[in-house]
Amino acid sequence: MLAIVGTVPDSKFPLTMGKVVLQGRSIWLGGRAVPVNRGTPALLAAACSVLEFLGHSGPFGYLVGDLGLGQGSRRLYWHLAENLGSTQFHTIAFHYLQPDVDWHNRVLFAVEDLPRKPLLIADAGFMYAAKMSGQAPSYDLFTPDVGELAFLADEAAPHPFYTRGFILHEDNRVPELASRAYLHDNAATYLLVKGARDHLIDRRGVLAVVEEPSCEAMEAIGGTGDTLTGIVAALCATGMDLAKAAALAAWVNRLAGCLSDPTPATQIAEIIEQIPSALAKAFQSPEFQEGYLNGVRS
Amino acid sequence: MFGFFRSKRPKPPSGRDGTDRGILVFEHTSEVIRAEKALKRDGWAIRVMGPPPEVRSGCDLVIEFPLMEKLNIVRTLKQEGLTPLDAVPVSGPLLKPVEIFQVKDLGRYLMVRAANMKLTVDKETSVIVNVSGGGCPDVPYLAAQLVGRHLAEAPSPNELGHTLCGYALHLAYEEMKRRCLP
Repeated sequence: MLAIVGTVPDSKFPLTMGKVVLQGRSIWLGGRAVPVNRGTPALLAAACSVLEFLGHSGPFGYLVGDLGLGQGSRRLYWHLAENLGSTQFHTIAFHYLQPDVDWHNRVLFAVEDLPRKPLLIADAGFMYAAKMSGQAPSYDLFTPDVGELAFLADEAAPHPFYTRGFILHEDNRVPELASRAYLHDNAATYLLVKGARDHLIDRRGVLAVVEEPSCEAMEAIGGTGDTLTGIVAALCATGMDLAKAAALAAWVNRLAGCLSDPTPATQIAEIIEQIPSALAKAFQSPEFQEGYLNGVRS
Repeated sequence: MFGFFRSKRPKPPSGRDGTDRGILVFEHTSEVIRAEKALKRDGWAIRVMGPPPEVRSGCDLVIEFPLMEKLNIVRTLKQEGLTPLDAVPVSGPLLKPVEIFQVKDLGRYLMVRAANMKLTVDKETSVIVNVSGGGCPDVPYLAAQLVGRHLAEAPSPNELGHTLCGYALHLAYEEMKRRCLP
C-alpha cells in the first residue's frame, strides 16, 4: 500500500489519517473534504487517479493543517516517529512538511527499524530536510525541479533560497548538478528532475530523458511537480520497477498536461482530470508494449 | 541586487572583519519580514541573511544590523511589538539569499522566478494566474490567497508567509510589480 504524508493549507485541519478517496475536485480523508489544488492534495489526487485506473486500493494519507509556522508539521512528525514502526507500507511518499532536520531523523529512524524497509520517496519540504540531515542516500527517489537540484548540488545550502550564485540552476546543467549532488551524498538512489525536459538520473549518470509531449505552459502551473510525484509513487506502489515507473510517470504527467490544452492560467485540477486518459494512451503505446520506455528497459 | 539592501540613512562605517555587525534572531520568518519592513522604513542599514551554523535557535533568516546601533534598533522593534530571540555579534560569513531573478515571457503571460518560487501574471489584465514551485507548507496557502487577484490588490506574500519559500515568493512578487505595474 502507498502512504502519502503532507500538509494542507488550513490551520484548523486536525492531524488526520486514513484511506483517501478522490471525488471530483476534492479528496476525502477521515470524513473531511479537501479541495484539490497544488501541494499534497494534488499529489494525493494524482495518486488516487492512477491507483483507481490500475484497479488498486487508494492511498493511505497522513495530513495535518499547517500554514508555515510548523506546528502542524511537528505534530505529524511526532505521530510518524511514534507509529510508523507498526505499519507495513510498500511505498511512502513524504511531501510538504516544514523542513526540520531533527524531526526528519526521528521519522527516518522509525522507518529504518521496520522489518522490511518501504520504498522511500521525498519531495518538497521533506526532501529539503532529508538533504540537510545528510541522510539523502537512505531514500529511493527524490523529485526536485532544476532549482531544487541546484540546492541538492550545493553542499552548503540549507534551503533552495541560499543556493550559492556560482551554482546556476539551468536546464542544460542538470547532469552536472546531479553529479555534484551525488558527489556529496546529497541525492537519493534515483533523481527524477522535473523541467522542460525531465531527467531520470542515478549515481552513474542520466538514465532517461523525457521531453515529449512538450507544453511550455506547464512550468507556470502550480502543482505539476506534485502530480508527477503522485503518479510515480502510485506506480511504484503497484510493484512497478522504480526506474520504469519514473520514466512512465514523467511521460504520463506530460500527456495529462497537454491533454488539458493548458495555458499558464490553467489550474492543476484540470490536469489531474486527464490522468486516466493519459495512462490509457501510454499503456497502449508501442513503446510501453515493447517494454522499452524512454531509454529505460523494463 | 535586491532593493532591500539599500538604505535611506548613511550607513555606519563597516569593519572588514565583520566585528561591527550583529544579527537579530527571531523565532519565525514572518517576524523577520515584519522587522525588516519596520527597520527599513526607519532607514536602518540592515540586510536579511541566512543564519550562521552556530545559531541553533530561531528560523532560517536573520537580520544583519550595525552592532553599535543595537539599543536603538531593539527599541524600534519593541515599538512594533517585536522581540528578537537573540541579538549577537557576527563571527563569520553569513549565507546570502539568491540574487538572480529569472524572467520568462510566455506570450500573454509573464513568469518571474526567485530562488525556487515562480509567479505568473496575465500581462493584459495584471491578474496573478499561477504560483508554482516551493516546498514549505505556506506555499499552497499563499497561492490560494494570490491566484485570481490583481497584482496591485493582492496581499503581499511577506505579510502572510512564514518561511523561506514565502520570502522567495515575496521577492518574485516585488519583481513582478516592478515590471508590470506603472
